[in-house]
Amino acid sequence: MELITCIILLLLLDILGFNYYGTFCKSLSAHGKLQYLAIVIESEDAHQTSKVVKLLQWLDSVGVKNVCLYDMNGVLKKSKETIFQTLKNAKSIEEVNEDVTHHAPDHMTLEFISYVDGKEAVAKAANLIFVKNFKQHNIGGVLDHQISLEPHLNQALQIVGCKGPEPDLLLVYGLVRSHLGFPAWRIRYTEIVHMGSLNFMRYGSLIKAIYNFTKVRHNYGT
Amino acid sequence: MKFSSHTGLSQTLQVSLLNTPMQKSSGGITSHLLGGLCCYLRRCIFSVLSVGPLPNHITFIMDGNRRFAKKRNLGEGDGHKAGFSALLSILRYCYELGIKYVSVYAFSIDNFRRKPKEVQSVMDLMREKIEELLQQESIINEYGIRIHFIGNMQLLTEPVRVAAEKAMRVTANNQERVLLICIAYTSTDEIVHAVQESCKDKWNQIQASKEGKVSNGGSKINGLDLHFRDSCRDNATEACSSLHKGVKDAGEKDALLEQNSEKHSDNYSEGEITSCNGIVEITEERKYKQGETASIKLVDIEKHMYMAVAPDPDILIRTSGEDRLSNFLLWQTSACPLYAPKVLWPEIGLRHLVWVVLNFQRHHFYLEKKKKQF
Repeated sequence: MELITCIILLLLLDILGFNYYGTFCKSLSAHGKLQYLAIVIESEDAHQTSKVVKLLQWLDSVGVKNVCLYDMNGVLKKSKETIFQTLKNAKSIEEVNEDVTHHAPDHMTLEFISYVDGKEAVAKAANLIFVKNFKQHNIGGVLDHQISLEPHLNQALQIVGCKGPEPDLLLVYGLVRSHLGFPAWRIRYTEIVHMGSLNFMRYGSLIKAIYNFTKVRHNYGT
Repeated sequence: MKFSSHTGLSQTLQVSLLNTPMQKSSGGITSHLLGGLCCYLRRCIFSVLSVGPLPNHITFIMDGNRRFAKKRNLGEGDGHKAGFSALLSILRYCYELGIKYVSVYAFSIDNFRRKPKEVQSVMDLMREKIEELLQQESIINEYGIRIHFIGNMQLLTEPVRVAAEKAMRVTANNQERVLLICIAYTSTDEIVHAVQESCKDKWNQIQASKEGKVSNGGSKINGLDLHFRDSCRDNATEACSSLHKGVKDAGEKDALLEQNSEKHSDNYSEGEITSCNGIVEITEERKYKQGETASIKLVDIEKHMYMAVAPDPDILIRTSGEDRLSNFLLWQTSACPLYAPKVLWPEIGLRHLVWVVLNFQRHHFYLEKKKKQF
Protein backbone atom coordinates (compact mmCIF):
# COMPACT_ATOMS: atom_id res chain seq x y z
CA MET A 1 0.00 0.00 0.00
CA GLU A 2 2.83 2.34 0.94
CA LEU A 3 4.68 1.38 -2.21
CA ILE A 4 1.66 2.15 -4.37
CA THR A 5 1.26 5.51 -2.67
CA CYS A 6 4.91 6.26 -3.22
CA ILE A 7 4.70 5.35 -6.90
CA ILE A 8 1.61 7.52 -7.43
CA LEU A 9 3.30 10.37 -5.63
CA LEU A 10 6.43 10.05 -7.76
CA LEU A 11 4.38 10.00 -10.94
CA LEU A 12 2.56 13.12 -9.84
CA LEU A 13 5.83 14.79 -8.98
CA ASP A 14 7.20 13.78 -12.35
CA ILE A 15 4.20 15.23 -14.11
CA LEU A 16 4.35 18.44 -12.13
CA GLY A 17 8.09 18.73 -12.76
CA PHE A 18 8.69 19.25 -9.09
CA ASN A 19 12.19 18.27 -8.15
CA TYR A 20 11.68 17.42 -4.49
CA TYR A 21 13.17 13.97 -4.74
CA GLY A 22 15.74 15.35 -7.09
CA THR A 23 16.77 17.80 -4.41
CA PHE A 24 16.84 14.96 -1.89
CA CYS A 25 19.04 12.86 -4.15
CA LYS A 26 21.24 15.85 -4.82
CA SER A 27 21.91 16.25 -1.12
CA LEU A 28 22.71 12.59 -0.78
CA SER A 29 25.06 12.66 -3.75
CA ALA A 30 26.78 15.65 -2.31
CA HIS A 31 27.28 13.74 0.93
CA GLY A 32 29.19 11.02 -0.87
CA LYS A 33 26.70 8.18 -0.87
CA LEU A 34 26.73 7.86 -4.65
CA GLN A 35 30.25 8.66 -5.73
CA TYR A 36 30.38 6.92 -9.09
CA LEU A 37 27.48 5.87 -11.27
CA ALA A 38 27.66 3.53 -14.23
CA ILE A 39 25.09 3.26 -16.97
CA VAL A 40 24.85 0.26 -19.28
CA ILE A 41 22.95 0.99 -22.46
CA GLU A 42 21.88 -1.45 -25.13
CA SER A 43 24.07 -0.75 -28.18
CA GLU A 44 21.06 -0.54 -30.48
CA ASP A 45 19.66 2.24 -28.30
CA ALA A 46 22.99 3.97 -27.75
CA HIS A 47 22.74 5.59 -31.20
CA GLN A 48 20.09 7.88 -29.74
CA THR A 49 22.59 10.44 -28.55
CA SER A 50 19.91 12.97 -27.63
CA LYS A 51 18.41 10.55 -25.13
CA VAL A 52 21.82 9.81 -23.66
CA VAL A 53 22.49 13.53 -23.29
CA LYS A 54 19.08 14.03 -21.67
CA LEU A 55 19.84 11.26 -19.19
CA LEU A 56 23.17 12.87 -18.35
CA GLN A 57 21.48 16.22 -17.87
CA TRP A 58 19.02 14.66 -15.46
CA LEU A 59 21.91 13.16 -13.52
CA ASP A 60 23.73 16.48 -13.46
CA SER A 61 20.63 18.18 -12.12
CA VAL A 62 20.46 15.82 -9.15
CA GLY A 63 24.13 16.18 -8.38
CA VAL A 64 25.50 12.97 -9.88
CA LYS A 65 28.68 14.26 -11.44
CA ASN A 66 30.78 11.17 -12.12
CA VAL A 67 29.31 8.83 -14.67
CA CYS A 68 30.64 5.87 -16.60
CA LEU A 69 28.81 5.07 -19.83
CA TYR A 70 29.05 1.54 -21.19
CA ASP A 71 27.68 -0.16 -24.23
CA MET A 72 28.93 -3.43 -25.60
CA ASN A 73 29.85 -2.38 -29.11
CA GLY A 74 31.46 1.00 -28.38
CA VAL A 75 28.71 3.10 -29.96
CA LEU A 76 28.87 5.59 -27.09
CA LYS A 77 32.63 5.98 -27.59
CA LYS A 78 31.94 7.11 -31.14
CA SER A 79 29.36 9.62 -29.89
CA LYS A 80 31.75 11.00 -27.30
CA GLU A 81 32.50 14.23 -29.15
CA THR A 82 28.84 15.00 -29.76
CA ILE A 83 28.00 14.38 -26.12
CA PHE A 84 30.79 16.64 -24.87
CA GLN A 85 29.80 19.37 -27.29
CA THR A 86 26.20 19.25 -26.09
CA LEU A 87 27.03 19.07 -22.40
CA LYS A 88 28.97 22.23 -21.79
CA ASN A 89 30.35 21.36 -18.39
CA ALA A 90 31.51 17.79 -18.92
CA LYS A 91 35.07 16.54 -19.02
CA SER A 92 36.52 13.21 -19.96
CA ILE A 93 37.99 11.08 -17.19
CA GLU A 94 41.33 11.18 -18.97
CA GLU A 95 41.46 14.94 -18.45
CA VAL A 96 40.87 14.76 -14.73
CA ASN A 97 44.12 14.41 -12.86
CA GLU A 98 42.89 14.02 -9.33
CA ASP A 99 40.85 11.18 -7.96
CA VAL A 100 37.70 11.30 -10.05
CA THR A 101 35.39 11.02 -7.04
CA HIS A 102 36.96 13.97 -5.29
CA HIS A 103 37.00 16.68 -7.89
CA ALA A 104 35.11 19.91 -7.49
CA PRO A 105 31.41 19.50 -8.39
CA ASP A 106 31.49 22.24 -10.99
CA HIS A 107 31.65 19.82 -13.89
CA MET A 108 30.69 16.31 -14.83
CA THR A 109 33.28 13.63 -15.44
CA LEU A 110 32.39 11.09 -18.07
CA GLU A 111 34.04 7.78 -18.83
CA PHE A 112 33.21 5.83 -21.98
CA ILE A 113 33.92 2.11 -22.10
CA SER A 114 32.88 -0.94 -24.05
CA TYR A 115 33.33 -4.70 -24.08
CA VAL A 116 36.99 -4.50 -25.06
CA ASP A 117 37.71 -2.69 -21.82
CA GLY A 118 36.58 -5.75 -19.91
CA LYS A 119 37.98 -9.20 -20.57
CA GLU A 120 40.39 -8.09 -23.30
CA ALA A 121 41.85 -5.53 -20.91
CA VAL A 122 42.62 -8.33 -18.45
CA ALA A 123 44.51 -10.17 -21.19
CA LYS A 124 46.50 -7.03 -21.97
CA ALA A 125 47.21 -6.50 -18.29
CA ALA A 126 48.38 -10.12 -17.99
CA ASN A 127 50.83 -9.57 -20.84
CA LEU A 128 52.06 -6.40 -19.21
CA ILE A 129 52.69 -8.23 -15.95
CA PHE A 130 54.41 -11.05 -17.76
CA VAL A 131 56.73 -8.80 -19.76
CA LYS A 132 57.66 -6.77 -16.70
CA ASN A 133 58.48 -9.85 -14.67
CA PHE A 134 60.14 -11.57 -17.61
CA LYS A 135 62.50 -8.62 -17.91
CA GLN A 136 63.30 -8.67 -14.25
CA HIS A 137 63.67 -12.47 -14.33
CA ASN A 138 61.22 -12.35 -11.51
CA ILE A 139 58.57 -14.74 -12.75
CA GLY A 140 59.05 -17.03 -9.82
CA GLY A 141 58.86 -14.26 -7.23
CA VAL A 142 55.61 -12.58 -8.12
CA LEU A 143 53.74 -15.42 -9.76
CA ASP A 144 54.34 -17.92 -7.01
CA HIS A 145 52.35 -15.79 -4.60
CA GLN A 146 48.86 -15.09 -5.80
CA ILE A 147 48.20 -12.64 -3.03
CA SER A 148 50.96 -10.34 -4.22
CA LEU A 149 49.74 -10.47 -7.79
CA GLU A 150 46.47 -8.65 -7.22
CA PRO A 151 48.01 -5.18 -6.70
CA HIS A 152 50.15 -5.76 -9.80
CA LEU A 153 47.06 -6.65 -11.77
CA ASN A 154 45.22 -3.57 -10.54
CA GLN A 155 48.18 -1.41 -11.52
CA ALA A 156 48.44 -3.06 -14.93
CA LEU A 157 44.72 -2.52 -15.53
CA GLN A 158 45.19 1.18 -14.80
CA ILE A 159 48.03 1.32 -17.32
CA VAL A 160 46.02 -0.36 -20.09
CA GLY A 161 43.38 2.31 -19.71
CA CYS A 162 40.93 1.26 -17.03
CA LYS A 163 41.10 4.45 -15.01
CA GLY A 164 37.67 4.63 -13.46
CA PRO A 165 36.82 3.41 -9.95
CA GLU A 166 34.23 0.81 -9.04
CA PRO A 167 30.75 2.22 -9.55
CA ASP A 168 28.45 2.25 -6.52
CA LEU A 169 25.38 1.88 -8.69
CA LEU A 170 24.92 0.49 -12.18
CA LEU A 171 21.74 1.32 -14.10
CA VAL A 172 20.88 -0.99 -16.97
CA TYR A 173 18.88 0.50 -19.81
CA GLY A 174 18.08 -2.59 -21.83
CA LEU A 175 15.70 -5.45 -22.26
CA VAL A 176 16.95 -7.56 -19.36
CA ARG A 177 18.83 -6.95 -16.16
CA SER A 178 22.33 -7.93 -17.21
CA HIS A 179 25.63 -6.08 -17.10
CA LEU A 180 26.38 -7.07 -20.73
CA GLY A 181 30.12 -7.50 -20.18
CA PHE A 182 30.87 -4.49 -17.99
CA PRO A 183 34.45 -4.92 -16.66
CA ALA A 184 34.09 -7.69 -14.13
CA TRP A 185 36.58 -6.52 -11.51
CA ARG A 186 34.79 -3.16 -11.23
CA ILE A 187 31.34 -4.40 -10.18
CA ARG A 188 32.16 -6.57 -7.17
CA TYR A 189 29.71 -4.86 -4.83
CA THR A 190 27.91 -2.61 -7.28
CA GLU A 191 24.14 -2.39 -7.00
CA ILE A 192 22.69 -3.35 -10.38
CA VAL A 193 19.28 -1.92 -11.19
CA HIS A 194 17.22 -2.54 -14.29
CA MET A 195 15.62 0.58 -15.75
CA GLY A 196 13.95 -0.84 -18.85
CA SER A 197 14.61 0.34 -22.36
CA LEU A 198 16.23 3.72 -22.99
CA ASN A 199 13.25 4.51 -25.21
CA PHE A 200 11.01 4.58 -22.15
CA MET A 201 13.36 6.29 -19.70
CA ARG A 202 11.65 8.43 -17.10
CA TYR A 203 13.01 11.02 -14.73
CA GLY A 204 10.92 9.63 -11.88
CA SER A 205 12.32 6.13 -12.34
CA LEU A 206 15.85 7.49 -12.30
CA ILE A 207 15.25 9.39 -9.09
CA LYS A 208 13.58 6.40 -7.51
CA ALA A 209 16.55 4.15 -8.40
CA ILE A 210 19.02 6.59 -6.86
CA TYR A 211 16.81 7.08 -3.81
CA ASN A 212 16.49 3.32 -3.27
CA PHE A 213 20.24 2.98 -3.57
CA THR A 214 20.72 5.39 -0.69
CA LYS A 215 18.74 3.06 1.56
CA VAL A 216 20.86 -0.01 0.81
CA ARG A 217 23.04 -1.42 3.54
CA HIS A 218 26.22 -3.25 2.61
CA ASN A 219 27.80 -5.77 4.91
CA TYR A 220 30.43 -6.93 2.39
CA GLY A 221 30.08 -10.55 3.35
CA THR A 222 30.49 -10.11 7.10
CA MET B 1 15.61 -41.99 0.47
CA LYS B 2 13.09 -39.51 -0.80
CA PHE B 3 13.16 -35.92 0.25
CA SER B 4 9.74 -34.35 0.65
CA SER B 5 8.76 -31.62 -1.77
CA HIS B 6 9.60 -28.20 -0.42
CA THR B 7 6.61 -26.60 -2.10
CA GLY B 8 3.81 -25.55 0.25
CA LEU B 9 5.50 -26.86 3.40
CA SER B 10 4.08 -25.41 6.57
CA GLN B 11 6.33 -23.63 9.03
CA THR B 12 6.05 -26.60 11.39
CA LEU B 13 7.35 -29.00 8.78
CA GLN B 14 10.13 -26.59 7.84
CA VAL B 15 11.30 -26.37 11.44
CA SER B 16 11.14 -30.13 11.81
CA LEU B 17 13.39 -30.46 8.78
CA LEU B 18 16.09 -28.65 10.67
CA ASN B 19 16.29 -31.52 13.08
CA THR B 20 15.78 -34.34 10.61
CA PRO B 21 17.42 -33.24 7.44
CA MET B 22 17.84 -36.57 5.74
CA GLN B 23 15.38 -38.93 7.45
CA LYS B 24 12.46 -40.65 5.81
CA SER B 25 9.20 -38.79 6.30
CA SER B 26 7.25 -40.37 9.04
CA GLY B 27 3.97 -38.83 7.94
CA GLY B 28 0.87 -40.87 7.48
CA ILE B 29 -0.82 -42.04 4.29
CA THR B 30 -2.43 -38.60 3.79
CA SER B 31 0.83 -36.74 3.71
CA HIS B 32 2.32 -39.45 1.50
CA LEU B 33 -0.54 -39.04 -0.96
CA LEU B 34 -0.24 -35.28 -0.78
CA GLY B 35 3.46 -35.54 -1.49
CA GLY B 36 2.75 -37.78 -4.45
CA LEU B 37 0.18 -35.36 -5.81
CA CYS B 38 2.59 -32.44 -5.46
CA CYS B 39 5.21 -34.44 -7.28
CA TYR B 40 2.80 -35.28 -10.08
CA LEU B 41 1.73 -31.65 -10.45
CA ARG B 42 5.35 -30.57 -10.47
CA ARG B 43 6.15 -32.97 -13.28
CA CYS B 44 3.18 -31.63 -15.25
CA ILE B 45 4.42 -28.08 -14.83
CA PHE B 46 7.91 -29.15 -15.92
CA SER B 47 6.49 -30.88 -18.97
CA VAL B 48 4.84 -27.64 -20.01
CA LEU B 49 8.02 -25.65 -19.36
CA SER B 50 10.05 -28.15 -21.35
CA VAL B 51 8.17 -27.18 -24.52
CA GLY B 52 10.20 -23.96 -24.57
CA PRO B 53 13.96 -23.49 -24.35
CA LEU B 54 15.45 -24.44 -21.00
CA PRO B 55 18.57 -23.04 -19.38
CA ASN B 56 21.59 -25.31 -19.35
CA HIS B 57 23.12 -23.74 -16.24
CA ILE B 58 21.42 -21.93 -13.36
CA THR B 59 23.41 -20.34 -10.58
CA PHE B 60 22.18 -19.31 -7.15
CA ILE B 61 23.44 -16.85 -4.56
CA MET B 62 21.97 -18.40 -1.44
CA ASP B 63 21.37 -15.23 0.53
CA GLY B 64 19.13 -14.85 3.56
CA ASN B 65 19.88 -17.79 5.88
CA ARG B 66 20.71 -15.62 8.86
CA ARG B 67 17.73 -13.34 8.29
CA PHE B 68 15.51 -16.42 8.08
CA ALA B 69 16.82 -17.66 11.42
CA LYS B 70 16.23 -14.24 12.99
CA LYS B 71 12.74 -14.02 11.51
CA ARG B 72 11.79 -17.47 12.84
CA ASN B 73 13.53 -17.01 16.19
CA LEU B 74 15.76 -19.97 15.46
CA GLY B 75 19.11 -20.73 16.95
CA GLU B 76 22.40 -19.71 15.44
CA GLY B 77 23.29 -22.05 12.61
CA ASP B 78 19.70 -23.22 12.12
CA GLY B 79 19.27 -20.74 9.31
CA HIS B 80 22.09 -22.44 7.42
CA LYS B 81 20.58 -25.87 8.04
CA ALA B 82 17.29 -24.63 6.65
CA GLY B 83 19.24 -23.24 3.73
CA PHE B 84 20.72 -26.66 3.05
CA SER B 85 17.27 -28.20 2.99
CA ALA B 86 16.17 -25.55 0.51
CA LEU B 87 19.23 -26.31 -1.60
CA LEU B 88 18.31 -29.99 -1.84
CA SER B 89 14.77 -29.07 -2.93
CA ILE B 90 15.98 -26.64 -5.57
CA LEU B 91 18.51 -29.14 -6.87
CA ARG B 92 15.77 -31.73 -7.22
CA TYR B 93 13.56 -29.29 -9.12
CA CYS B 94 16.37 -28.20 -11.42
CA TYR B 95 17.51 -31.71 -12.25
CA GLU B 96 13.92 -32.92 -12.74
CA LEU B 97 13.37 -30.06 -15.15
CA GLY B 98 16.43 -31.23 -17.08
CA ILE B 99 18.89 -28.51 -16.19
CA LYS B 100 22.31 -30.08 -16.32
CA TYR B 101 24.48 -27.55 -14.46
CA VAL B 102 23.60 -25.96 -11.14
CA SER B 103 26.06 -23.80 -9.25
CA VAL B 104 25.69 -22.22 -5.85
CA TYR B 105 27.57 -19.56 -3.91
CA ALA B 106 28.07 -21.36 -0.65
CA PHE B 107 30.86 -19.39 0.99
CA SER B 108 32.69 -16.28 -0.12
CA ILE B 109 36.27 -15.37 0.76
CA ASP B 110 34.70 -12.25 2.30
CA ASN B 111 32.70 -14.47 4.65
CA PHE B 112 35.91 -15.45 6.42
CA ARG B 113 35.70 -12.00 8.02
CA ARG B 114 32.65 -13.06 10.03
CA LYS B 115 32.99 -14.02 13.68
CA PRO B 116 35.35 -17.00 14.01
CA LYS B 117 32.70 -18.99 15.85
CA GLU B 118 30.23 -18.51 13.00
CA VAL B 119 32.85 -19.35 10.39
CA GLN B 120 33.78 -22.54 12.25
CA SER B 121 30.12 -23.47 12.60
CA VAL B 122 29.58 -23.04 8.87
CA MET B 123 32.71 -25.05 8.07
CA ASP B 124 31.54 -27.87 10.36
CA LEU B 125 28.11 -27.82 8.76
CA MET B 126 29.64 -27.95 5.28
CA ARG B 127 31.79 -30.94 6.15
CA GLU B 128 28.82 -32.71 7.68
CA LYS B 129 26.59 -32.04 4.67
CA ILE B 130 29.27 -33.04 2.17
CA GLU B 131 29.54 -36.40 3.93
CA GLU B 132 25.75 -36.76 3.91
CA LEU B 133 25.65 -36.05 0.20
CA LEU B 134 28.00 -38.95 -0.41
CA GLN B 135 25.72 -41.43 1.26
CA GLN B 136 24.21 -44.06 -0.95
CA GLU B 137 20.66 -42.77 -0.74
CA SER B 138 21.42 -39.14 -1.42
CA ILE B 139 20.31 -37.01 -4.33
CA ILE B 140 23.84 -37.29 -5.73
CA ASN B 141 23.43 -40.92 -6.64
CA GLU B 142 19.78 -40.55 -7.56
CA TYR B 143 20.60 -38.10 -10.34
CA GLY B 144 24.19 -39.11 -11.11
CA ILE B 145 25.58 -35.75 -10.07
CA ARG B 146 29.21 -34.86 -10.43
CA ILE B 147 30.35 -32.40 -7.78
CA HIS B 148 32.95 -29.70 -8.33
CA PHE B 149 34.16 -27.46 -5.55
CA ILE B 150 35.08 -24.12 -7.04
CA GLY B 151 37.33 -21.68 -5.25
CA ASN B 152 40.59 -21.25 -3.43
CA MET B 153 40.61 -24.55 -1.61
CA GLN B 154 43.80 -23.67 0.25
CA LEU B 155 41.82 -21.20 2.35
CA LEU B 156 39.60 -23.95 3.76
CA THR B 157 40.27 -25.81 6.96
CA GLU B 158 41.76 -29.23 6.34
CA PRO B 159 38.73 -31.35 7.30
CA VAL B 160 36.54 -29.42 4.86
CA ARG B 161 39.14 -29.53 2.12
CA VAL B 162 39.63 -33.25 2.57
CA ALA B 163 35.86 -33.84 2.50
CA ALA B 164 35.51 -31.70 -0.62
CA GLU B 165 38.34 -33.50 -2.41
CA LYS B 166 36.79 -36.83 -1.50
CA ALA B 167 33.41 -35.74 -2.86
CA MET B 168 35.00 -34.65 -6.14
CA ARG B 169 36.91 -37.91 -6.39
CA VAL B 170 33.96 -40.15 -5.58
CA THR B 171 31.64 -38.41 -8.04
CA ALA B 172 34.21 -37.94 -10.81
CA ASN B 173 32.63 -40.60 -12.98
CA ASN B 174 29.09 -39.24 -12.75
CA GLN B 175 28.10 -37.64 -16.01
CA GLU B 176 24.42 -36.89 -15.98
CA ARG B 177 24.26 -33.75 -13.89
CA VAL B 178 26.79 -31.33 -12.44
CA LEU B 179 26.75 -29.43 -9.17
CA LEU B 180 29.29 -26.66 -8.68
CA ILE B 181 29.69 -25.51 -5.13
CA CYS B 182 31.55 -22.21 -4.92
CA ILE B 183 33.38 -22.16 -1.64
CA ALA B 184 36.18 -19.79 -0.59
CA TYR B 185 35.42 -18.09 -3.88
CA THR B 186 35.37 -14.58 -5.24
CA SER B 187 35.56 -13.47 -8.85
CA THR B 188 38.52 -11.26 -8.04
CA ASP B 189 40.44 -14.22 -6.68
CA GLU B 190 39.44 -16.30 -9.69
CA ILE B 191 40.64 -13.68 -12.18
CA VAL B 192 43.94 -13.14 -10.35
CA HIS B 193 44.48 -16.90 -10.20
CA ALA B 194 43.76 -17.27 -13.92
CA VAL B 195 46.23 -14.49 -14.78
CA GLN B 196 48.82 -16.09 -12.53
CA GLU B 197 48.43 -19.51 -14.15
CA SER B 198 48.49 -18.02 -17.66
CA CYS B 199 51.76 -16.22 -16.93
CA LYS B 200 53.25 -19.39 -15.46
CA ASP B 201 52.20 -21.36 -18.54
CA LYS B 202 53.75 -18.78 -20.82
CA TRP B 203 56.95 -18.76 -18.78
CA ASN B 204 57.18 -22.55 -18.92
CA GLN B 205 56.65 -22.51 -22.67
CA ILE B 206 59.40 -19.98 -23.20
CA GLN B 207 61.75 -21.83 -20.86
CA ALA B 208 61.13 -25.09 -22.69
CA SER B 209 61.72 -23.39 -26.01
CA LYS B 210 64.93 -21.78 -24.76
CA GLU B 211 66.33 -25.03 -23.37
CA GLY B 212 65.52 -26.84 -26.54
CA LYS B 213 67.32 -24.31 -28.74
CA VAL B 214 70.46 -23.91 -26.62
CA SER B 215 71.07 -27.61 -26.04
CA ASN B 216 70.61 -28.40 -29.71
CA GLY B 217 72.79 -25.67 -31.15
CA GLY B 218 73.41 -27.09 -34.59
CA SER B 219 70.14 -28.85 -34.83
CA LYS B 220 67.80 -28.94 -37.67
CA ILE B 221 64.73 -26.98 -36.86
CA ASN B 222 61.95 -27.14 -39.36
CA GLY B 223 64.35 -28.09 -42.07
CA LEU B 224 66.95 -25.36 -41.50
CA ASP B 225 70.59 -26.21 -40.86
CA LEU B 226 72.18 -23.72 -38.55
CA HIS B 227 75.74 -23.24 -37.42
CA PHE B 228 74.80 -22.06 -34.03
CA ARG B 229 78.22 -22.09 -32.43
CA ASP B 230 79.86 -19.90 -35.08
CA SER B 231 76.95 -17.51 -35.15
CA CYS B 232 77.07 -17.06 -31.42
CA ARG B 233 80.78 -16.31 -31.52
CA ASP B 234 80.62 -13.82 -34.40
CA ASN B 235 77.41 -11.86 -34.11
CA ALA B 236 75.26 -13.52 -31.57
CA THR B 237 72.21 -11.32 -31.55
CA GLU B 238 71.79 -11.14 -35.29
CA ALA B 239 72.34 -14.82 -35.76
CA CYS B 240 69.89 -15.75 -33.09
CA SER B 241 67.40 -13.39 -34.66
CA SER B 242 67.83 -15.13 -37.96
CA LEU B 243 67.50 -18.45 -36.18
CA HIS B 244 64.14 -17.38 -34.87
CA LYS B 245 63.22 -15.72 -38.13
CA GLY B 246 63.91 -18.91 -39.93
CA VAL B 247 61.75 -20.85 -37.59
CA LYS B 248 59.04 -18.28 -37.94
CA ASP B 249 59.20 -18.30 -41.71
CA ALA B 250 59.13 -22.04 -41.78
CA GLY B 251 56.00 -22.41 -39.82
CA GLU B 252 53.59 -20.85 -37.35
CA LYS B 253 54.74 -18.56 -34.54
CA ASP B 254 54.00 -21.24 -32.00
CA ALA B 255 56.53 -23.50 -33.70
CA LEU B 256 59.10 -21.44 -31.81
CA LEU B 257 57.72 -22.87 -28.62
CA GLU B 258 56.76 -26.33 -29.77
CA GLN B 259 59.79 -27.47 -31.61
CA ASN B 260 60.64 -30.91 -32.78
CA SER B 261 64.41 -30.71 -33.27
CA GLU B 262 66.98 -33.45 -33.64
CA LYS B 263 69.82 -33.79 -31.18
CA HIS B 264 73.36 -33.42 -32.40
CA SER B 265 76.45 -34.58 -30.66
CA ASP B 266 78.39 -31.36 -31.15
CA ASN B 267 80.18 -30.17 -28.06
CA TYR B 268 80.24 -26.56 -27.07
CA SER B 269 82.16 -24.83 -24.37
CA GLU B 270 80.26 -23.81 -21.33
CA GLY B 271 80.97 -20.17 -22.00
CA GLU B 272 79.47 -20.35 -25.43
CA ILE B 273 76.38 -22.07 -24.12
CA THR B 274 75.99 -19.52 -21.34
CA SER B 275 76.32 -16.58 -23.67
CA CYS B 276 73.96 -18.18 -26.11
CA ASN B 277 71.54 -18.80 -23.25
CA GLY B 278 71.51 -15.11 -22.49
CA ILE B 279 71.23 -14.16 -26.13
CA VAL B 280 68.32 -16.48 -26.69
CA GLU B 281 66.64 -15.05 -23.62
CA ILE B 282 67.12 -11.45 -24.71
CA THR B 283 65.88 -12.30 -28.16
CA GLU B 284 62.88 -14.12 -26.79
CA GLU B 285 62.06 -11.10 -24.62
CA ARG B 286 62.30 -8.77 -27.57
CA LYS B 287 60.21 -10.99 -29.74
CA TYR B 288 57.59 -11.27 -26.97
CA LYS B 289 57.41 -7.53 -26.63
CA GLN B 290 57.18 -7.07 -30.37
CA GLY B 291 54.30 -9.51 -30.48
CA GLU B 292 56.15 -12.00 -32.62
CA THR B 293 56.10 -14.65 -29.92
CA ALA B 294 52.60 -15.74 -29.01
CA SER B 295 51.36 -13.56 -26.16
CA ILE B 296 48.85 -14.44 -23.46
CA LYS B 297 45.43 -14.49 -25.04
CA LEU B 298 41.99 -14.26 -23.56
CA VAL B 299 41.43 -17.99 -24.16
CA ASP B 300 44.53 -18.74 -22.09
CA ILE B 301 43.10 -16.81 -19.17
CA GLU B 302 39.62 -18.30 -19.55
CA LYS B 303 40.87 -21.86 -19.51
CA HIS B 304 42.44 -21.22 -16.11
CA MET B 305 39.26 -19.88 -14.55
CA TYR B 306 37.94 -22.06 -11.74
CA MET B 307 34.57 -22.13 -13.54
CA ALA B 308 36.05 -23.36 -16.81
CA VAL B 309 34.60 -26.80 -15.97
CA ALA B 310 31.11 -25.56 -16.83
CA PRO B 311 29.49 -23.34 -19.45
CA ASP B 312 28.57 -19.79 -18.48
CA PRO B 313 25.34 -19.57 -16.50
CA ASP B 314 22.09 -18.83 -18.32
CA ILE B 315 20.31 -17.52 -15.23
CA LEU B 316 21.57 -16.05 -11.96
CA ILE B 317 19.22 -15.92 -9.00
CA ARG B 318 20.07 -14.06 -5.82
CA THR B 319 17.51 -14.44 -3.07
CA SER B 320 16.58 -11.88 -0.40
CA GLY B 321 16.19 -9.07 -2.92
CA GLU B 322 19.73 -7.71 -2.92
CA ASP B 323 20.74 -6.12 -6.21
CA ARG B 324 24.48 -6.81 -6.20
CA LEU B 325 26.54 -9.82 -7.23
CA SER B 326 28.92 -9.66 -4.26
CA ASN B 327 31.95 -10.75 -6.26
CA PHE B 328 30.28 -13.83 -7.71
CA LEU B 329 30.71 -14.99 -11.31
CA LEU B 330 31.30 -11.46 -12.55
CA TRP B 331 33.34 -12.80 -15.48
CA GLN B 332 30.83 -15.43 -16.52
CA THR B 333 27.61 -13.41 -16.38
CA SER B 334 28.06 -11.05 -19.32
CA ALA B 335 24.94 -12.28 -21.09
CA CYS B 336 23.19 -13.70 -18.07
CA PRO B 337 19.93 -12.25 -16.77
CA LEU B 338 20.11 -11.46 -13.07
CA TYR B 339 17.05 -12.11 -10.92
CA ALA B 340 16.64 -10.93 -7.36
CA PRO B 341 13.44 -12.28 -5.80
CA LYS B 342 12.82 -10.86 -2.34
CA VAL B 343 12.28 -14.31 -0.81
CA LEU B 344 14.92 -15.47 1.65
CA TRP B 345 16.91 -18.51 0.52
CA PRO B 346 15.39 -21.07 2.94
CA GLU B 347 11.95 -19.99 1.70
CA ILE B 348 12.65 -20.37 -2.01
CA GLY B 349 10.17 -22.60 -3.72
CA LEU B 350 9.07 -24.09 -6.98
CA ARG B 351 7.10 -21.02 -7.99
CA HIS B 352 10.25 -18.85 -7.95
CA LEU B 353 12.09 -21.27 -10.20
CA VAL B 354 9.15 -21.51 -12.60
CA TRP B 355 8.81 -17.73 -12.79
CA VAL B 356 12.51 -17.30 -13.52
CA VAL B 357 12.51 -19.98 -16.23
CA LEU B 358 9.46 -18.39 -17.87
CA ASN B 359 11.26 -15.04 -17.94
CA PHE B 360 14.30 -16.75 -19.41
CA GLN B 361 12.15 -18.25 -22.14
CA ARG B 362 10.62 -14.86 -22.86
CA HIS B 363 14.04 -13.30 -23.44
CA HIS B 364 15.78 -16.35 -24.85
CA PHE B 365 16.09 -15.09 -28.40
CA TYR B 366 17.57 -11.78 -27.22
CA LEU B 367 20.02 -13.53 -24.87
CA GLU B 368 21.22 -15.93 -27.58
CA LYS B 369 21.84 -12.95 -29.86
CA LYS B 370 23.90 -11.28 -27.13
CA LYS B 371 25.97 -14.42 -26.52
CA LYS B 372 26.91 -14.59 -30.18
CA GLN B 373 28.10 -10.99 -30.09
CA PHE B 374 30.60 -11.67 -27.31
